[in-house]
Amino acid sequence: MDNERLSLPQYDIPEDIQNAVTITTLDRLYNWGRRSSVWPLMFGLACCAIEMIAAQASRYDMARFGMEVMRPTPRQADMMLVSGTVTKKMLPAIVRLYNQMPEPKYVVAMGACASGGGPFKEGYNVVAGIDKFLPVDVYIPGCPPTPQALIAGMIKLQEKIDKESIKKVRWYRKGPDTVEVPIPILGPDLIDPRRNQEIKAAAAQKATKESA
Amino acid sequence: MYGKGILKGLSVTAKRFWNTYWDDAVWFWRRITKGEKRYFSEEGVKHRSSKNARGIFTVQYPEEQLIIPEEFRYVPFLVYDEGAEGKQEIRCTSCGICAKVCPPQCIWIVRSNDPNTGRPIPAPTEFYIDADICMNCGFCAEYCPFDAIIMDHDFDIASYERNIYNLETLLKPASYYKSIRPTNYATAEAERKAKEAAKAAKAAGAAAPSAPAATP
Amino acid sequence: MAAPVSTQTVDLAARFPGAVTAEARPGYAGFIVEKDKLVEVATAIRDEFGFDLLTTVTAVDYLPEDKMEVVYHAYKTTGGPGLVFRVQVPRADPIEVPSLIDVWPGVDLQEREAWDLMGIRFSGHPDLRRILMWEGYEGHPLRKDWQEPFYEEDVKPFKSRWPEGKHVMAEEKNPFRDNVKFLENFDPEKWIPENEEMLYSSLKRYTVQSEDGMSTDRIVINMGPQHPSTHGVFRAALTLEGETIVGLKPVVGYLHRNHEKIGERNTFIQNMPYTDRLDYFNSMSNNLGYAIAVEKLMKIPVAERAEYIRVIMVELSRIQNHFIFIGMLLNDLGAMYTPALYAFEERELILDIFEAVAGSRMMCNYLRFGGVVRDVPEDVMQKIKGLVFERLPAKTDEMDRLLSENEVLVARLKGVHVIDGETAIKYSVTGPVLRAAGVPYDIRRADPYSIYDRFEFDVAMRPNGDLFDNYIIRLDEIRQSLRILQQAVKQIPDGPINSQKPQYQVRVPAGEAYGRIESPKGELGYYVVSNGKPNPWRYHVRAPSFVNITCLEQMCIGTKIADFVALLGVLDIVMGELDR
Ligand code: SF4
Repeated sequence: MDNERLSLPQYDIPEDIQNAVTITTLDRLYNWGRRSSVWPLMFGLACCAIEMIAAQASRYDMARFGMEVMRPTPRQADMMLVSGTVTKKMLPAIVRLYNQMPEPKYVVAMGACASGGGPFKEGYNVVAGIDKFLPVDVYIPGCPPTPQALIAGMIKLQEKIDKESIKKVRWYRKGPDTVEVPIPILGPDLIDPRRNQEIKAAAAQKATKESA
Repeated sequence: MYGKGILKGLSVTAKRFWNTYWDDAVWFWRRITKGEKRYFSEEGVKHRSSKNARGIFTVQYPEEQLIIPEEFRYVPFLVYDEGAEGKQEIRCTSCGICAKVCPPQCIWIVRSNDPNTGRPIPAPTEFYIDADICMNCGFCAEYCPFDAIIMDHDFDIASYERNIYNLETLLKPASYYKSIRPTNYATAEAERKAKEAAKAAKAAGAAAPSAPAATP
Repeated sequence: MAAPVSTQTVDLAARFPGAVTAEARPGYAGFIVEKDKLVEVATAIRDEFGFDLLTTVTAVDYLPEDKMEVVYHAYKTTGGPGLVFRVQVPRADPIEVPSLIDVWPGVDLQEREAWDLMGIRFSGHPDLRRILMWEGYEGHPLRKDWQEPFYEEDVKPFKSRWPEGKHVMAEEKNPFRDNVKFLENFDPEKWIPENEEMLYSSLKRYTVQSEDGMSTDRIVINMGPQHPSTHGVFRAALTLEGETIVGLKPVVGYLHRNHEKIGERNTFIQNMPYTDRLDYFNSMSNNLGYAIAVEKLMKIPVAERAEYIRVIMVELSRIQNHFIFIGMLLNDLGAMYTPALYAFEERELILDIFEAVAGSRMMCNYLRFGGVVRDVPEDVMQKIKGLVFERLPAKTDEMDRLLSENEVLVARLKGVHVIDGETAIKYSVTGPVLRAAGVPYDIRRADPYSIYDRFEFDVAMRPNGDLFDNYIIRLDEIRQSLRILQQAVKQIPDGPINSQKPQYQVRVPAGEAYGRIESPKGELGYYVVSNGKPNPWRYHVRAPSFVNITCLEQMCIGTKIADFVALLGVLDIVMGELDR
């Protein structure tokens, strides 16, 4: 980022030294550093993944945003781009990948499928939106979002990062430094361990209803 | 000789490398003579998406944008005509064809009823599109008989929330429709005019011989 | 249109009196085989009648008649129409049908799919596990009396959408408030997960005894579902000895999107955009296969100009696919990015054309029954001409120069993973992989559909069946596609682009049809059964990627694991189609 934007508000720099010094807040510097090197996890699910690759390739070139380093391992990634239909069979793996990512981490739901189930929502093996399990930062509608739409979404994510403050972010505060999502279990259908009690109650209710 | 193939391949990359600068030089000349720019200009983007594209291929969204073809489809919107005093005349008659043909069934329509008679009137009370289900297939726009639902060109709609659109957010003026799809708009308008003329002619014809109660 | 499946050439009923009867239902063709005689008849079909390639195995649930039917489609690799035969069994558990795995090993995965989704037991199948869903899943989803958690109605359009269409999330209608369903009194805490014991025991070769009596453990590793070079969410469970693969099982279903279940609820036209999402590199070819199948059922002609437009679009799509194939293969081999980036440039230019005519880069949804949805504008036609006459031939040669002689590439690919033609046919492999093994079987020639019989082109063929031939044949195919395109662009006539009126509800008479095309990945077939209603009764996709991985284990045993990555690249699988 250019000096000008780094030192935008807060401090008035005298005109005669404006080109010589930059005063900024630590937050700004910190956010600038992170928003310009968001490394996505190299992780494609379905059709949308192809557009994600296209966005990385010659014509759109996400390297311009510092996002070209696709890391195949979650340990080195900052952002999980959920690009495609999340199926129940795949979900445990996705949650595990998310848990393995170090903070700060972001989740972007790319396309209708990842945002809310998409055209396949009614299917028996489809999870209706990744936000049921992971905290999603940006939703990009479209089926598939064109590479330009994806980049527009990435800019939205950058804007979000810009608003963060080093004092408030969860990974510098006390307590566990990362949020772990319990891994769903593949049972007779997908079991979300956080909702065990609810499922049990609903199943019991179903039984009474059917016997009645 | 071992390595010949590699060298041959390298000659291709070298040529590409050279092309980058050569093309920039050519455009530099064009800029001087004709004032055309290679970057951040329409002719530049056109050049980069033509068969003659060589050298740098990247279109630097968001500073510059690809030229969107007219048929491009993203999420649909509803068209309203601007009536007198800024009144919105929604074209949709809530006939329900789009809701019926929608493959993932992401359209919900509540038909309006006349508060006095209880009979349906041709306008929607509520209209929902769940953009997180929509597959952008374009069937709704294709089969809508009134040209009331159109596929949008605006793709910069990423948000921090789920995207479920209601009537209010879906409505856009006909002038916008005209601006993104000029030829489609023109043909649709022509068709509409022709239909109206035919209707008027028929009405006039029917009125004259005072047709007796309609026979089948 | 493809030649109809004729029964004149073969008279199975006369050859096997009592065991085989000719199909009598109107709209159906082929033969019904007695269950007990199936293996015997199938062997005869293969050996005596020469139908060496069994392409499709699928099941249909005829709930009203209380029957299950398993349908087989066999073809000759020398060309010509195919043969349909089927087995009918009463619909009472357990539904059992003899497996044909000893006659055609290529049925392996397809039979497992039928077991998984329809619950048909194939007796004699050595490894009958679920394939798309996981072990322990409740029910067989494709049965007509099975309902998913978000079930609303049997068929679309749903009544809740209009005229009283208040927006309700599907979750709110479900007792578990999510896309799940459990039996009454289910207790999630008591559930013991299956933990894939069956998968690992099917690999079997954990411990071996060497000659001197020492027992050695072998390593089992899982590649995928999240792996940079498995092209999506493919997973392979491998047993290794050192670096050599001694056992392999593909594990798929991570992208199983219930295409067929949804497809049977959709109306015929609604399936068109869904087919886009099968092989998402080639939505045009997917559209074509489906359109051909339904047009066969409807018995309608296709507008002349539309035929040409279809061919142009499908061939462009093939070129684009093969370019990406080369780029991705090189990526997998470690030549990071450069070839892929070059390939993506050409792809983008072709996608621009799709975007201009169809409205979307990838999900074209361009074909309609009887034609296409809109005409190709003149300026786009000019662009196509520019590409097929000038740019693409030059770029193909450039790609060739860049890679084909590169010593490193040649060393990685030559003589690796050889598959011979005979094995390939046995395993129902189709497409470029089969042709690279020396079998010149291309449906465009062997059983011409659309208007491919009007064009002059050669079937690309390479003799060795190793990875290098598999690579080079893609370049050959691009060149042949360009030849077809050059003829098509010159010959394209003016005229209407659809033989039918645009309508959102088509009438499809009862019957069955199998439409197949040569997609860039192999034989793409759609098996559609209609019962005269607005929705298909059965809609099955025979996906080339899915069937082509049947031979994976066969090809890999005894090779190095590093080459497995190359093989996966060469098979050109795409998960959307593989898992459907
Ligand atoms: S949103 Fe559309 S393009 Fe993306 S994965 Fe889902 S179906 Fe495919």
